[in-house]
Amino acid sequence: METLKLIGAIIVLLGSIFLLLGSIGLVRMPDLFNRIQAGTKASTLGTMLTLVGLIFLNPEWTGKLVILILFVLITNPISSHVLARAAHFCKIKLSDKTITDQLAEDGIEDNKNEELNNIKE
Amino acid sequence: MVDQLLNISVGIILLSVLLSMFRFLKGPTTFDRIASFDTMTISTIGLIGIISYISGRGIYIDVAIVYGLLSFLGVIIISKYLENSL
Repeated sequence: METLKLIGAIIVLLGSIFLLLGSIGLVRMPDLFNRIQAGTKASTLGTMLTLVGLIFLNPEWTGKLVILILFVLITNPISSHVLARAAHFCKIKLSDKTITDQLAEDGIEDNKNEELNNIKE
Repeated sequence: MVDQLLNISVGIILLSVLLSMFRFLKGPTTFDRIASFDTMTISTIGLIGIISYISGRGIYIDVAIVYGLLSFLGVIIISKYLENSL
């Protein structure tokens, strides 16, 4: 029992280190899209590892914690996707080191503006 | 040993929330602020879980679920509003 709690505490520590790495990426990255990339992916993994460690620490809470893990796993990529899409359509500048921009090359932007104009009319 | 590791984890997560708060105050555009808000709330869900184990109350896990739901809805609604397609 004691060994199981020690394993759980080590997994919680690993998850918190991932959360710290995500925040450092959020501060140091040069561009909005790089910041979304660093912040969201690392923090999703960190929160999931922290909650898995809590399952090892207290097995009575397994149901609620599994619900919370699935919730974070589903909703966090959706929110980062919606955020990046909105930022691209609001014409936030990319950094100088970015090579390709597939969404602008596809010309989705013009179609979307036409759709918006149709809706507003 | 277990309690010491959990206290160190709480300290590390508070440091990461502080770094996200730095980006929240500095960020050049509104989207930087929304991204840092997202990271901050997701980190706080893990923090609430650890505090719930330390204080021994399982009801805090429910608080974490509702907190995550509110953070998700907030990010989606503000993004769609700024995209002008709400």
